Amino acid sequence: MEFNPEMLLQLGLKVLFAFTMVGAVMTMAGYSVLAERKVSAWMQGRVGPNRTALPFVENIPFIGSFLKGLGIFQPLADGLKFLFKEEIVPGHVNKVYYYMAPLVALVPALTTMTVLPFGQYYDEAGNSSPLILANLEVGILFIFAVSSLGVYGIVLAGWSSNSKYPFLGGIRSSAQMISYELAMGLSLLPVFLWVSVPGSEASALSLVGIVSSQNDSAWLLLIQPVSALIFLIALFAETNRLPFDMPESETDLVGGFHTEYGSFKFGIFFVAEYAHIVVGSAIFTTIFLGGWHFLPWIADPWPATWVGTLLGIGWFLAKTAFLIFFFIWIRWTIPRFRYDQVMSIGWTKLLPLALINLIVYVLLVTWLDQTPSATP
Amino acid sequence: MAKTVVLERKPLSLSERTYLPQIVTGLKTTFSNMFKEKATLQYPEEKPQLPQNYRGVPTLVNDPNGREKCVSCQLCEFVCPPKAIRITPGSVPEEDEDREHVEKAPQEFEINMLRCIYCGYCQEVCPEEAIFLLDEYSSSGYTREEMINNKAKLYELGGTLPDKHYKWDKKKDAEVEGNAH
Amino acid sequence: MSGPDLLFYFFATLSLGGGLLMVFSRHPVSAALFMIVSLVGVASLFVLLDAFFLAILQVLVYAGAVMVLFLFIIMLLDVGPGGAKASRLKFLSGVAGLISVGLLVILLLDLSLGAMEPSDCSADGCEDCSETSAFAWPEIREETAANGNSLVFSPSVKAFGFGLLAKYMLPLQVAGFLLLAAMVGVIILSRKSTGEEGG
Repeated sequence: MEFNPEMLLQLGLKVLFAFTMVGAVMTMAGYSVLAERKVSAWMQGRVGPNRTALPFVENIPFIGSFLKGLGIFQPLADGLKFLFKEEIVPGHVNKVYYYMAPLVALVPALTTMTVLPFGQYYDEAGNSSPLILANLEVGILFIFAVSSLGVYGIVLAGWSSNSKYPFLGGIRSSAQMISYELAMGLSLLPVFLWVSVPGSEASALSLVGIVSSQNDSAWLLLIQPVSALIFLIALFAETNRLPFDMPESETDLVGGFHTEYGSFKFGIFFVAEYAHIVVGSAIFTTIFLGGWHFLPWIADPWPATWVGTLLGIGWFLAKTAFLIFFFIWIRWTIPRFRYDQVMSIGWTKLLPLALINLIVYVLLVTWLDQTPSATP
Repeated sequence: MAKTVVLERKPLSLSERTYLPQIVTGLKTTFSNMFKEKATLQYPEEKPQLPQNYRGVPTLVNDPNGREKCVSCQLCEFVCPPKAIRITPGSVPEEDEDREHVEKAPQEFEINMLRCIYCGYCQEVCPEEAIFLLDEYSSSGYTREEMINNKAKLYELGGTLPDKHYKWDKKKDAEVEGNAH
Repeated sequence: MSGPDLLFYFFATLSLGGGLLMVFSRHPVSAALFMIVSLVGVASLFVLLDAFFLAILQVLVYAGAVMVLFLFIIMLLDVGPGGAKASRLKFLSGVAGLISVGLLVILLLDLSLGAMEPSDCSADGCEDCSETSAFAWPEIREETAANGNSLVFSPSVKAFGFGLLAKYMLPLQVAGFLLLAAMVGVIILSRKSTGEEGG
């Protein structure tokens, strides 16, 4: 494999796409923060951030004031604030790991999106190929593997802070992640069993395959509601969102793992948390909500051209945005679980439920396979 | 004594034990809250409606004739719990012929707004009704010195209040009608 | 030197260096983290061999779950630098070191001898290549087809599944049974004595 211009071009394009996607996810993460503030405000009878303004955009009649009222420029101000705050490093921390932890938290959150299909591209002949950075045969396993590395950021932050509350946050987080990863993986097994028809060429664990299986047929949310529920709950736990925000829980652990962090390092943790939510929502959309396909049992209404590509991506983003809203909605509705409740839900409720669900679907799929006419 | 009624607590049904219907109810509540009228006051543009008995910044007031009411009795200085008030007693200025040598007046009157706790004891204790906690609530400054209100500032904040007693008018009337106590 | 070669040397250095640093670092937490680096390096080597499934399992199981537990325990017990009593374990670790070096030598000898042997299996579908020599499989990897009963060694998920649940069913069951026994053992060991709690 020698380097030639063609390859360099390919490489350059890949890098460009990767940067675009990182940019997109980071922007979405920033605006999820805004959405969090706005939605929480609305749910509590408040207005939310509506003061930040850009010098010239503000002066556009009607639109400017509307955008200002919506707080569109707030993430910019937040980011700048994080950037320009004084960097404080407490004297008692373990320096190397203290600096490393935010990066370790952010990298897995951004890496998972490489295997995430978010749309499809039509060539002149009308053949569709998925838009994806790396079409991995075992995409979903890749996501699990990389997101399981995300816990190290929290654990390292908690441990290197050399302070008891962050430490407790780190310990809790590691226990919680391991517990819910099991239920998460088990909840997806029946889904992939259902999708991979025997003898089909499509790989069983591919995310592209799972999306195309939902094209003008039912969404997997409707076929496998129990799996979807378990996956969603586990997703909340894995992204450390309320009601599962054990590592952070402000009321009993001050700020949890990021108590000793400030300025931009805290900002990175913050962005990582929201990037997790964005990517998690996108994964749920891909697996259970039919990805970029229109509605269950209805073929995509858009044409097989670039217009369709754009509309498909837009539809995918709309579903993802709804799920992000759902994350926020749940957060401002349900109080936090106690730590032992989190553990007991994970091990004594979700895990057996996922196992039962798996067994039922294994039996069902086997029975369907025995009767060839009713093959899904 | 009210009779205590012990309610029989029914065991939770299956759907209740999953908590899912309850969560859905909660979600509905928060969702409907999103579209209710907001309670937020856009502060610098909209000012709050203050109640009648609002206790704002303590101020000194003049009587309706524009005369200084305070006689520097220093009761407020003594009653002030955080010791925010400092009065330098003095006499009524010479040009005020009516009151010269009759009453005292503060030479300087300082209220340290960094110490003041807005308790209103000074207003309560003042025999001359010279000190009032009015509806001014936003006092701010860049230095500590700026936050000490001196006499001029206090009178500027207080201004003139309608007064039922008209102390000097009464004395004048009494003098005219020959009923000087 | 081409791209993949460079990548190979990079990840090989990563895994070997991580392993060495793990052994030599004094703090248990650092050691655990270097072990993670080493495991991820090995997983990257699997990727270079097109064995995505294996690589991902390596990260998922070892780096993602086992090492989190390791860290969890280390942090929970708050083991400081040099926490273990080194002097007492000197003899044992010497024996363990000898055994592992011996095993490594045997493995290297076997591999080099196996590589020396002229590979007699040609590219077209020999089924037991994978069992004779470790170096044979990249050649037959090209035409993997995990359909039917002819199992060839392939990095695809289907081949893994088929191999585990059809050809190596008995070893799989035995391994599973072993794990079950270990689990039961742990439960019995960690249970409080029946006199106090009644189970």
